[in-house]
Amino acid sequence: MRARISSLRDHVLARHLAAALLGLVVVVMVLESVSDYRNTQLASMAYLGIAAGGLTVLTGLNGQLSLGHGALMAIGAYTSALLLPDNESSLPLSVVVLVAVVVTLAVGAAVGLAAARLHGPYLAGATLALAVAVPGIALYFKETLGGEQGLRVVMPDIPVWVLDAVFFVTGQDLTRSRFTAYVAWLTLIVVFVLLANLGAGRTGRRWRAVRDDEVAAELAGIDLGRARVSAFMVSAAAAGAAGAILAFTVKLAAPSAFTLTLSLTLLAAIVLGGLGSLAGALIGAALLTFLPSVVTDIGTDAGLSDIQAAELAPLVYGLVMVAVILLAPAGIVGSLRGALLRARARRRTPASAEPPATGTTSGTGTTTDPHADTTETAGTTPATTSKGTAS
Amino acid sequence: MTRHIRGTGPLVATLAAALALTACGAGGRDSSDGEAAAADPGVTEDTVTIGGTFPLTGVAAPGYSEIPTGAQAYFDFVNEQGGVHGRQIDYIVKDDGYNPTNTSTVTNELVLKEEVFATVGSLGTPTQASVADYLNDEGVPQLMVSSGSLQWGDDVENRPMTFGWQPDYEIEGKIIGQWVAENMPDAKVGLFLQDDDLGEDAEKGVRQFVDDQIVAVERYTSGNTDVAPQISGLQAAKADLVLAFNTPSYTALSQLVALKTGYKPKWFYANIGSDPALVGSLLERFSEGAVAGSSSALDGVLTTEYIPGIDSPEDPWVQLWQKVWDEHGEGGELTNYRIYGMSQAYAFVQALEAAGEDLTREGLVEAIEEQGADWEGPQLAPFRYSADSHMGIAGVRVVELKGGKGEDLTDVLVTDIGEDAEITTDDSGQADDAPPESGVPTS
Repeated sequence: MRARISSLRDHVLARHLAAALLGLVVVVMVLESVSDYRNTQLASMAYLGIAAGGLTVLTGLNGQLSLGHGALMAIGAYTSALLLPDNESSLPLSVVVLVAVVVTLAVGAAVGLAAARLHGPYLAGATLALAVAVPGIALYFKETLGGEQGLRVVMPDIPVWVLDAVFFVTGQDLTRSRFTAYVAWLTLIVVFVLLANLGAGRTGRRWRAVRDDEVAAELAGIDLGRARVSAFMVSAAAAGAAGAILAFTVKLAAPSAFTLTLSLTLLAAIVLGGLGSLAGALIGAALLTFLPSVVTDIGTDAGLSDIQAAELAPLVYGLVMVAVILLAPAGIVGSLRGALLRARARRRTPASAEPPATGTTSGTGTTTDPHADTTETAGTTPATTSKGTAS
Repeated sequence: MTRHIRGTGPLVATLAAALALTACGAGGRDSSDGEAAAADPGVTEDTVTIGGTFPLTGVAAPGYSEIPTGAQAYFDFVNEQGGVHGRQIDYIVKDDGYNPTNTSTVTNELVLKEEVFATVGSLGTPTQASVADYLNDEGVPQLMVSSGSLQWGDDVENRPMTFGWQPDYEIEGKIIGQWVAENMPDAKVGLFLQDDDLGEDAEKGVRQFVDDQIVAVERYTSGNTDVAPQISGLQAAKADLVLAFNTPSYTALSQLVALKTGYKPKWFYANIGSDPALVGSLLERFSEGAVAGSSSALDGVLTTEYIPGIDSPEDPWVQLWQKVWDEHGEGGELTNYRIYGMSQAYAFVQALEAAGEDLTREGLVEAIEEQGADWEGPQLAPFRYSADSHMGIAGVRVVELKGGKGEDLTDVLVTDIGEDAEITTDDSGQADDAPPESGVPTS
């Protein structure tokens, strides 16, 4: 039995890695075939996706609500900006991202320690304070952090071996925006594999146990505080990576980028996509990245003035949000998966026996499972689905 | 278990196929990518596409969102008369909400998707600072930035494609400082500054002349709408002349606070914050109607001007703008912000004319450097454009507001940045010129 379980766990990792490899191939194909402008947009989608992925783990898997993830991204972004002040800095971008992650992780640990004692609206309030306060720090320490105008981020030249390698594989010269998009999406893939693995493993089960029933979890020997703090730290680390990617993409770390709106945007992304689902986080990020520019373009083409077209975007965004909440309360991925499961269950009811659950590693609420792989959730019942969304 | 394995079959096949696809790469990278340059982006035989970013939504939108409508009206006017060198001007405006992060996104869109030839008149110091290096790296001219920061023109070596337009805050500070030293030598001066380039550059200029008269310096952060501590600070220091370098919202806010606390110094607002019509309407809105929003709300306030505005309807330039707006405007009144946009557009058309038939980015920059200082136009003082400086208009005139109109207190005074540049009366005759008959500049 133990051997079986451990082989299953290996299998989960292998599946995540295979998905990551597939994702990588798709990313290469997409990034190589679209224009420089789309590459920049895709890089923006990646950083929103990374941060939303981290937040969806915190909110979806552990049930903690954070309104302060924008502030955590700011910490990642400012760390990167301080490390990349001019062309002379020789730090590789991977190191910059790592340092940004570590610094944000440390801040996340401190905030998480406080957050672990709070619930519901109190937690939301505390993280809200973080979102409001952190941009103020940049204004206060104007000399080092650049004040209102922020810090410029100077991207180092693309290493020659990267240029050569990319040309060898694709036959195209690597432009700067495409390079940034590659860095962004590689980071996204790494972060998502790590998050998916954490979520599918023992840590993830603990997080879910704490989310679903604190008393039961405590009786089962789970340290509530530790589970909460660890979830917050992991989530903060993802936000730090996202902040670093934001700095690379926008080439600026300024307080105006990290307003409360950003934190709320992230929350909107995971609600739109489906709480607890990494795929949902990605879909939400895509919507938030592409919707405004598409709507503005449609508005301009329809003969609206520039100002009217600019005002159309927030309106449509709000309407989409309302529509999703009304029509698909579990978010896009959550509702799709629910529909899929219901269809399967209906097909299967004539058969006598319910097949056994796929394995102990994935038996809990399906909508809250961090990866959208339907093969894994095939064995669970619609009942668990609705339980997951209720949290 | 078996289900998993069955599921991975197609996956592996897709992976293999995709890998094979992407692996059809070439050998080594060809290092000589210097082919003969085609025409610059955004230029065709009969069009030139330019772009600009402005706060069309959000807190900075009142007033500023009107600038591109003015520019658009003037470009339509020029296009109707056949364009410049046979090219129609296509002007694309994007909203950045005065958020530098958005500016970066929409500027990317302008450069990479719309493939603009240049950006013209894009607004804001923090916003344009966030894209200045990007535009210069990409070789896209960043023309006539709507901001008085020094950084658009004082570093030609590092930002060869960037040009300022309006007088910078430092020379405005110098001219204001000298005027105060000469005319109000006994005044106890308080400074009310926005805590960014605006306040910093201006303070540098002012202190050259009235350093010993200054009794208090108060700074506010843009976005924080409570300025009561700053105004009380000025009041406590008994400043009887306040030199204020702030945006229009803060003119209204500071006036309101001063009304409440009974503080009545002489106010001297820099040009950027002194549009009587806008401040008046803001005053009415902020006070929820308690203060009448007429343009005489700023009576007795000192300020500066560098282009003729709606308060002088008999000025030939303003008459041209009125005609352009009546014919091509998108509705609403002609305002000082629309005139600002039109004046910028006029200068850009001059640049296009000067760059000649074969329009290139390099050629345009060169033309502005060589000829820009001699252009006639609505600006009261000439541009300072040269190979060493991309600074904009060289000077301002000090005026006192009465019933929404500026009454001249001085001639047009010109100077340049730095302590060595003296302030002199402008003798170029810029303030007295009139637009050509057609309303379109000729080279």
